[in-house]
Amino acid sequence: MKKLLEATTKTQLWKSVFRHGYPDTPRNRTLAVLSNVFLHLHPVKVRRSGIQLSYTWCMGGLTFFLFLIETITGLLLMFYYRPTAELAFQDIMALREHVPIGIMRELHRWAAHLMVITVWLHMYRVFLTGSYKPPREFNWNVGVILLVITLLLSFTGYLLPWDQLAVWAITVGTNMARATPFLGHEGPGAALISFGGLDFVHAGDDVRFGLLAGRFVGEGALLRFYVLHCVGFPLIAATLMAIHFWRVRKDGGISGPL
Amino acid sequence: MADYIKHAVNWLTEPTRYFIGFTLAIILILQFRKFFAKTFVIVAFFVLGAAFLVFAWKDPNFAKIIGKPDNVPIVILLATVVYFSWLSLRKAVINDERIARGEPTLEGDFNKQKVFTWPDLVYTELICLVLFTVALVVWSIVLMAPLEEPAELARTPNPSKAPWYFLGLQELLVYFDPWIAGVLLPSFIIVGLGAIPYVDTNPKGNGYYTFNERKFAIWFFWIGFVLFWVSFVILGTFLRGPNWSFFGPFEYWDLHKLEPMVNVDLSTYFWVNLLDQPRPDNILLREAPGFAFLGAFFLLLPPLLAKTVCRSMFAQIGMVRYQVMMHMLLWFALIPLKMLLRWTVGLKYIVGIPEWFFNV
Ligand code: HEM
Repeated sequence: MKKLLEATTKTQLWKSVFRHGYPDTPRNRTLAVLSNVFLHLHPVKVRRSGIQLSYTWCMGGLTFFLFLIETITGLLLMFYYRPTAELAFQDIMALREHVPIGIMRELHRWAAHLMVITVWLHMYRVFLTGSYKPPREFNWNVGVILLVITLLLSFTGYLLPWDQLAVWAITVGTNMARATPFLGHEGPGAALISFGGLDFVHAGDDVRFGLLAGRFVGEGALLRFYVLHCVGFPLIAATLMAIHFWRVRKDGGISGPL
Repeated sequence: MADYIKHAVNWLTEPTRYFIGFTLAIILILQFRKFFAKTFVIVAFFVLGAAFLVFAWKDPNFAKIIGKPDNVPIVILLATVVYFSWLSLRKAVINDERIARGEPTLEGDFNKQKVFTWPDLVYTELICLVLFTVALVVWSIVLMAPLEEPAELARTPNPSKAPWYFLGLQELLVYFDPWIAGVLLPSFIIVGLGAIPYVDTNPKGNGYYTFNERKFAIWFFWIGFVLFWVSFVILGTFLRGPNWSFFGPFEYWDLHKLEPMVNVDLSTYFWVNLLDQPRPDNILLREAPGFAFLGAFFLLLPPLLAKTVCRSMFAQIGMVRYQVMMHMLLWFALIPLKMLLRWTVGLKYIVGIPEWFFNV
């Protein structure tokens, strides 16, 4: 057994992948982190409090983990789902009826709910430990945008099953946009934007119309939400997360008393 | 006995009592934090909570609303927020005592040591990952994701609710028009959160839990997050039924339950009740009392507070920061203010100009 192990680790193939021995010495432990793209997100050494669960609650890490789960399950769901008013509901129905032990939709939905909760708790922890204070002001703001993106990801996904729950929740949510000051046709100030008695902001061109590609939640909205949910927001989120993690390191690692 | 408890719970969760109760609880907990940070408190909470769930589950109305697959996360939200609030308070209390004795904080003690990322951190992450994956898979097997009837735009379900994380905002629609509850306040929340690091100049409490060194900040976040966000989400999910009427957790969601709404604008109070004359036709004149009130609230209050209650804070953070913070805080203060006015004198709008969609 030991010989076999030795033989494998001596091959050119093995050595081309791993450039250090088993990480049980300081040197190898350092190399294990430095020579791995993913582990390289971390510094080589961390403060004890930074890995203490009762300090960080692990909520940022869990949020990221849930984001990965969403990416994988979402990708699988995309194979079976077509975003048209005619087919969307049928496809979801088929997922539930024809796939044995199909839990992809469940995983995707429950992990999405959880992700919203873990983002909130992460923000709560960061606030309560004062970790937004200098030098971490900027990263806190990256976080605030991530919070908004997380909610938008969840909101756009909510529409896709195209059942009563979905359509009406999005209707209630986007109805708010009608009342945007100046930009929504039922918002204060919208009537001021008119020329020669011609209203410029009306139900057919206000922000809500732009969001939904129509006057109500219809096929246009479904496609728009689908594209944003599957491509737009995940790309933005991934980019911001990269910045977020990078900044955690650059700002001196996870916060702790000086 | 069982009926008695159910009635008591239904009575207690009526929005006015719910909100006041929640507020009092937070005040008590933060004031008597030494007591509430004890371990038996959290144990007692979860034991009693579990006992209540077991008891309440037999009630069909309760099981229907709490057991709805999409509502399970709200129960998790409640449990985790309570637990982590307690945990942070406990650490804050311990740290405050240590600081008072001149000892390093819990985190400070730990910090002198540094550990290798591999294996310590990587293994922690791995274990978290495996446990969570297992939990998610089990959850997904036990509970099916909901799917209702196909979308039909001609048939509005009652109640129509936004996704659960926005129900706090939907609850605000009881008191405000959409342009405030759905547009202005959310925008202010985002901008306000972003402004926090620049407004809070207190250098203490960076990287460890504490209460005494950041009293205002901690109060602010508990009230903002726990009370106005989390408790409203719970209220909106579990206690609001058809027509957004209130329903106790043991109450049947009756479509015909109507709550009488006789709310009156400030302008009516001023012109009709106080001056005993009809409201003027000129819109601006009609709403002048409301504008005067809002003007005083947003323009006079900040300098007034700066000279009195917030004197030391004003001196510490300076004009610009103070103004930014005050205006954010006043917008949020408008929420409980309007709630109180609604409950006590049935006030509808402070400024009510439906002609221009401008109602405050
Ligand atoms: C998709 C959302 C997010 C992800 C995946 C994420 C991930 C992380 C991770 C993994 C850390 C390392 C420490 C920890 O786990 O607590 C971290 C730290 C941090 N996060 Fe986030 N985060 C997210 C959203 C937010 C939000 C909403 C905020 C605040 C509004 C925020 C502010 C911060 C700050 C200031 C730090 C540094 C904390 C410290 O050094 O103690 N993040 N984040």
